[in-house]
Amino acid sequence: MTACPGGNGDSDMSKMPAKKKALGMYQRMYLIRKYEERIYYLFLEGIMPGTIHQSTGEEACAVGMLYDLSKDDYMASTHRPAGHDIAKGVTVKAMMCEMFGKEDGCCHGKGGAMHTGDVAVGALTANAIVGGNLPIAAGVALAFKMQKKDNVIVCFFGDGASNEGSFHESMNAASKWKLPVIYVCENNLYAANTSVKITCTSDNPAYDRAPAYNIPAEIVDGNDVCAVNEAATRAIARARKGEGPTILELKTYRHGGHSRNDACGYRPKDEEKYWIQDHDPVKMFRERLLNEKVAKEAEIKALEEAAEKEIDEAVEYAQKAPFPALESALTDVFCEGGN
Amino acid sequence: MAMMAIADALKLAIREEMRRDGKVYCLGEDEDIPGGMGGSFTVTKGLSDEFGFDRVINTPISEIMIAGVCVGSAMMGMRPVADLQYGDFLFCMMDQLVNQAAKMRYMSGGKVSVPMVMRAPCGATNRGAQHAQSLESYFVHVPGLKVICPSTAYDAKGLMKQAIRDDNPVIVFEHKLLYGSKRKEKDAISALGEVPEDDYTIPFGKAAIRREGKDITIVANLLMSYKAMEAAAILEKEGISCEVIDPRTLVPFDYDTVVESLKKTGRLMIVHEDHYNCGWGAQLSSWIAENQIWLLDAPVCRVATPDVPIPFSPVLESYVIPSKERIVEEARKLMKA
Repeated sequence: MTACPGGNGDSDMSKMPAKKKALGMYQRMYLIRKYEERIYYLFLEGIMPGTIHQSTGEEACAVGMLYDLSKDDYMASTHRPAGHDIAKGVTVKAMMCEMFGKEDGCCHGKGGAMHTGDVAVGALTANAIVGGNLPIAAGVALAFKMQKKDNVIVCFFGDGASNEGSFHESMNAASKWKLPVIYVCENNLYAANTSVKITCTSDNPAYDRAPAYNIPAEIVDGNDVCAVNEAATRAIARARKGEGPTILELKTYRHGGHSRNDACGYRPKDEEKYWIQDHDPVKMFRERLLNEKVAKEAEIKALEEAAEKEIDEAVEYAQKAPFPALESALTDVFCEGGN
Repeated sequence: MAMMAIADALKLAIREEMRRDGKVYCLGEDEDIPGGMGGSFTVTKGLSDEFGFDRVINTPISEIMIAGVCVGSAMMGMRPVADLQYGDFLFCMMDQLVNQAAKMRYMSGGKVSVPMVMRAPCGATNRGAQHAQSLESYFVHVPGLKVICPSTAYDAKGLMKQAIRDDNPVIVFEHKLLYGSKRKEKDAISALGEVPEDDYTIPFGKAAIRREGKDITIVANLLMSYKAMEAAAILEKEGISCEVIDPRTLVPFDYDTVVESLKKTGRLMIVHEDHYNCGWGAQLSSWIAENQIWLLDAPVCRVATPDVPIPFSPVLESYVIPSKERIVEEARKLMKA
């Protein structure tokens, strides 16, 4: 079993932010958790089309990394994008509509579960080719640099993507050109079904390779939102100052399978118990908020109820919303105004 | 108006666009290393003197990164013009071109655009199978990519400027034997031509009629447009009059010009250096069959490279690449069909 660095109970080593921010982060995490739960049920009921790659259990990575960014800072996500998108500010309504393939979806029904995003809030169209977003994020960062902006991009990828050629090519260029990009490996220990132990010579595939590119790196408990946010703050500051990229390897875990049909028969039970029951990011943060007297039970409850209501309304809206006009399938291939 | 080689016309186009628009920048392997070649074929040589290395970026040999950086920076409003030393290396960046650049606008529901140019030298030049291919048809097949193939200096400037201004990903195929650059290639054709100094662009989807004729319509691109012209001169003496059309851009494709020509000739020959099987000529051929078959007095004739990798030995290479002799021979048969 792979225990989290820091381990259970050590999460209070990270610093609790001020109340407003702490509750804001908790609200986002809870919203993501409930969103993913609802998506799961809608799939089980056979109501929702397509496939799902859920981020349940990885909420602290998304929220800790993205909470402090502005709309003009960008985020590049993967085939598991819901948490990242919601954390970056894509509305639950637009996400839910996209999942149902509706016109009001964030991609007008043309993207689907693996391509959600909205550049209006700095969330790039999510990328379902493993490692495909790594060089694109470098390009976004290069544009920021050429345009003399102090914006940054946070690019998520998995332990699996660290074995793609695009990883090597992107890390080398981003470092050489000192690009304002934060490469965030969400190491959930499995590339789809395959343990990192079967495919990598290291348990820390992103962190251990970082020195080869002269990129500063940290390993962080990805289920401790405060720890993630502290690391994010350091990396973002470096990027904004023009000091170049940072690699953060966040240790985390999928509560569910890789995709909708994956029962996770390959994961040891004690490992699942540790990560899902004993080291759940949402549960741990809630307990800290109460234990450290940041908020009272009633305040937290009110946030949770508001999040659940937002999701209820989004589902209701999305189910009733119209599908796109059929002819729209033939548009947006080329940008109008070009040839 | 100056007489200019294609390599210089391309450079001029890029230079003018970089002056006009601060968002335009170049990147590639050996892009403009002092003392180096300027890409493999001199097109970008010297651009850094005017624009510096922040806008003329010498990249590592990392094709995935180069294409990905184009996609990402283009989405943020830049206009990258990337350079591949050899078009064959496009396959190393295929994910970024096909899954990313071509689909990003569509997948986002029309929220982003990807205005990037990927320049790809193509064609067989005694370099063996991995530095020889004509790759147009792979990309013609991908919705979301524009594909252009300038074959004269005038077109090279006008089409390149248009490509840089286009809001979509554009793949530019440049034939190695047509550059006319200082680095002489065996069998190179002098494609020197007059290039106006003014700021002109050539719209995509407008074919050029290189020669008028009444018996056979020959549609041929890049180097093959020159071979077709040579063949047409020979056939003329035999009393066979050929109209030679250079499509100039493959996506979008100018079917109308071909149709107008067929109304005169009733006979269609397509010549490309790309392979026979599913080459772009196959699309043109089937489009004519579906839409204008009654214009044809004879079956369509396709002259293409047979479906083999390009061999090295000069005699073998010459054997597989369509020649003017082969075009003449096929034209004679076509007149008898």
